[in-house]
Formats: sequence, structure tokens, C-alpha cells
Amino acid sequence: MCTLEQRGRVFVLTLTGDGEHRLGHPLIASIRSALASVLAAAQAQPQGPGAALVTVAEGRFFSNGLDVGRAGGSRARLRELVDAFRPIAADLLALPMPTVAAVTGHASAAGLLLALCHDYRLMRADRGVLYMGLPLPPYVARLLRAKITQAHALRDVALRGRKLRAPEAREMGIVDAVCAGAPETAAEAVKLAEQLAAREWDGAVYASIRVSTFPDACRAVGIAVESDEEKSRHFASRL
Amino acid sequence: MMHLRLHLLSQVGWRNVCNAGTVGCSARQPNTPYETEGVLCIHRMMAGYGCLNRNSITSRSPNPRMDKRTMCTVEKRGRVHLITLTGAGEHRLSPSLISALRSALATVRASPSAGALVLAAEGKYFSNGFDQAWARTVPPHLHDSMRGAFRALVADLLALPMPTVAAVTGHAAAAGCALALAHDSVVMRASRGFLYMSEVDVGLKFADYFGELLRQKVPDAAARRDMVLGGNKMTAAEAVRLGIVDAAADGGVEDVVAAAVAAAEGLAARGWDGEVVAEIRKAMWPAVWGKVKDHPAAARPRL
Repeated sequence: MCTLEQRGRVFVLTLTGDGEHRLGHPLIASIRSALASVLAAAQAQPQGPGAALVTVAEGRFFSNGLDVGRAGGSRARLRELVDAFRPIAADLLALPMPTVAAVTGHASAAGLLLALCHDYRLMRADRGVLYMGLPLPPYVARLLRAKITQAHALRDVALRGRKLRAPEAREMGIVDAVCAGAPETAAEAVKLAEQLAAREWDGAVYASIRVSTFPDACRAVGIAVESDEEKSRHFASRL
Repeated sequence: MMHLRLHLLSQVGWRNVCNAGTVGCSARQPNTPYETEGVLCIHRMMAGYGCLNRNSITSRSPNPRMDKRTMCTVEKRGRVHLITLTGAGEHRLSPSLISALRSALATVRASPSAGALVLAAEGKYFSNGFDQAWARTVPPHLHDSMRGAFRALVADLLALPMPTVAAVTGHAAAAGCALALAHDSVVMRASRGFLYMSEVDVGLKFADYFGELLRQKVPDAAARRDMVLGGNKMTAAEAVRLGIVDAAADGGVEDVVAAAVAAAEGLAARGWDGEVVAEIRKAMWPAVWGKVKDHPAAARPRL
């Protein structure tokens, strides 16, 4: 399903095995559990040395989307899984540290969303496409609009179901860097995560700024917005 | 008497401020951070204006520890109202400076004819953000007077009935960067100075309207992430490439100001109805306007 390890300051969440890493209830629960551990570790050391998360996958797929079952599987199941994925988006967007997705294979639908919920995306050049196939539930549309801001890019991905290889995805601002193959992508992602962790940003502030920067997407997935009073108190405490 | 004053101040640098456009007019304003009066220009007097052609706005803080220095000046260059943050310091946005700026904007707003605004600064900094040193000296419940006043200042800029140009003559960080971006266009010094959203590095959270302002001015998600979540210091060249600023000007502070004033003059020359400009701007920036307009001080009566 997935494993979590800590390498120095970097937490590495790996979707394990050679399969499609379809997001059904078991994998979703496994990922949520891993993210909860990361959150607990970060909160245990609030003035800590700085941290970052990398999400990576084994095999040919990063994730091929929700586990909707065979073609024509029920709408009820689809709705259920769409609802079950939303908390993962919330966990990632609220995570008090920089997040890097190492897109080491195909990422489609919820798999693409999973990558988009990270702060940075690195992708392998030699293989794999990004693809958004399904109709878009409201929170999905808001996430896409927040993260894919070039007008033509959003139209191509959402309205035209365009399949993007890494170099095109970088042109469109969807991917930040293109690496040769899967091992290079994973290695560069960890390196970037180490550099980000070394900045030793205050995790709660980092998450707060992220929420301020993508307020609509964060609200869409159920992240509570801080009030002005809370922010004022924080300002006073930081002087 | 005026000649004596000019003589006594002759040791410091000068700049020509005659706005009657008369070649060779000797009316000049000394470049000092200390309290100065407006300089009378003989040509304006002869033209019947008879008033100060450059007003200086002193701090009104009752705090005896703040010396009474000029915080900003307002002058007219052709159709352009130029507000300059004076002195070689960081132009930290304290309640005093924010109040001085709001007064300056009120003066500009009261001007009868169509025009345009340029906001510039002397020295190495455009503005280095909120005055945290001041905040440390007062109880927490007074911090809102600074943060709230800045929100009202942004509202003033968004509601200003004329085009606005920020002349980013030096470093613009945190609230100082937000101040620059709250203008319709930005001219930035090419050779020196960064746009820097420093909050992530210093551990400060954003007011919600900062996020909306950044989204408006830096629409590209990756560029915005790099600024706010990466603490990237953006040079003028990068800012122009990303479309965040309109132009980079070579040379020193005065050259940047001149370029901004020239751009503003071009906008003012269009003779647009100022009220219409303000309404269009609010309609184009609804997310930011929506978050700043309800500040009690933002609803000011027409002068």
C-alpha cells in the first residue's frame, strides 16, 4: 500500500508495488495514516529543525486514479471515493511543511490531483502522462483552477482531457522540473525537499501562508480558515 | 529670508522642483530627512498659485521618542502627483508613516484636475514592511492600529480616482512589497532592489487580503508559490519577465522616479474620468477590494 520513512529532515511516503496505486479505501486510509504520522512528528517539534515531505511511487504508475472498479462501476461508489479522497487533499494542503511530488509514472484523475496537492512537482521525462479524465466534482474543479493558472493549460487538461508528457507539463506550469527517469526523479525530489527543509521555516506559518495563497481550494476541501484575531495574536507572539 | 535659508542648507544635495515648468527656475528642495517647509517657486507665485509647491508631511505621532521628521512629501510634476517616502531608512510601515501616506493621498484626491499618482522612496529601500520594532514597544491590542491602518491605505489606493504607478526604487519586502503591488502599474529599479515576500522567512502569517493581492498581481501559481512559499527575492528582470512589473528602469533612484513619472504623465494625459478609473479598478480587483473596503476608515466622504 504505502510506506513512510524519514531520511534526515525529509519524510518519504512511497506508494509501494508495481500496480496502478488505485485510490480505493485501503490505500486512501493508508496514505491518511502516513500523513497523520508526519503531522504528529511535525507538531511534536514545533520549533524543530525544519522538515519536508516527498511522495513517490514504485512501478510504472504514480497513481491511475480512484479505484472505481470495472468499467460502468456504480455512481454511488464513485461518489463515495470522491468524498474519501477529499481529506487527503486537505491533509496535504494543510501540512505544516513543504511538499514535493516525485511523479515517477502515469498520474491520472485523482492521481494527478494527488500530485497537484503538493507544493512542487518533478516528473520523469521518459515515460508517463498526466491526464484528467473524469467529470469534475466541485472541489476538484477548484483545486485545478487554483494550481493550473495558465488559461490554455486549464482548458486543455480539464476540458479537452489532454494527455501531457513531462516537458509539455512543464511548459504549462503544471510540473516544475523534468528528470530523466524514475530514479533520477525520486533523487531530485528528495534533494529539493532537503533544500526546502534546510530553510527551517516555521511549519505552522508555512501552512498558513499556503492556505492564504490558495484560499478557495483549501476551503473547497474543508480546511478551516484562521480568523484575523488568531493571526493578530500570532503576530504579537512573534515579535 | 528664503535666500538665507537656502544658503544655510547649501551643504546638502538638491533637486529642482519647479512645476511651473520654467527652465532655469531655481526653486529647489533640499534632500534632507529633517523637517522642511515647502519651497516657494517664484513662477508659481507669478502664475497666481501662491502656495507651497511641495508639501512635506511630518509625523503626527504623539510618541515623544519619534523625532518629528518628514515622513513623506507630495509634489506635482506636470499632471503627476508624486509622493515620496523620505529619508535613507527602511520606510517601515509604522502607524505614523501609514497615517502620513493616507494624508498625502487625501491631498492628492482633493486635487481638482485629472492626474496620476506615483509613489516612490528615497534611499536603498522602497519599504521593508511593517514596523515590528514599534510593535514591540506597545501592547498587542495596538498592533491592529498598524495592520488595520495598512488595510485602509490599500483601500485608499484601490479607490483612488486616477491611475497609480509604484516606483520601486529599492527593496520592497513583505507589506512593502504588497504596497508596491497595490498600484495599477509598477516601474522597478533594474540594478538594485528585490520584490521579496519575506513573511515565510521571518515567520509571519499573511492577512487574507495579501493572498488576494498576490493572486491578482502574480496570477501564475508556480511564480506565486516561489515568492510566498519559497521566499524568493525577485529582481526587476525576473519581475518584468513574469509580468509582475511593467518596466525595469536603469540608473539610480531619480532615474526610476523619472521613468515612473513619465509613465504616469502618459496615463494622466488620457484625461480619463477619475471616478470611472476607480470603479473599473475595483471591478477588476473584486477579491482584494472586497476584503479591504469594509474597513471603517475606507468609507471616506468625498472631499
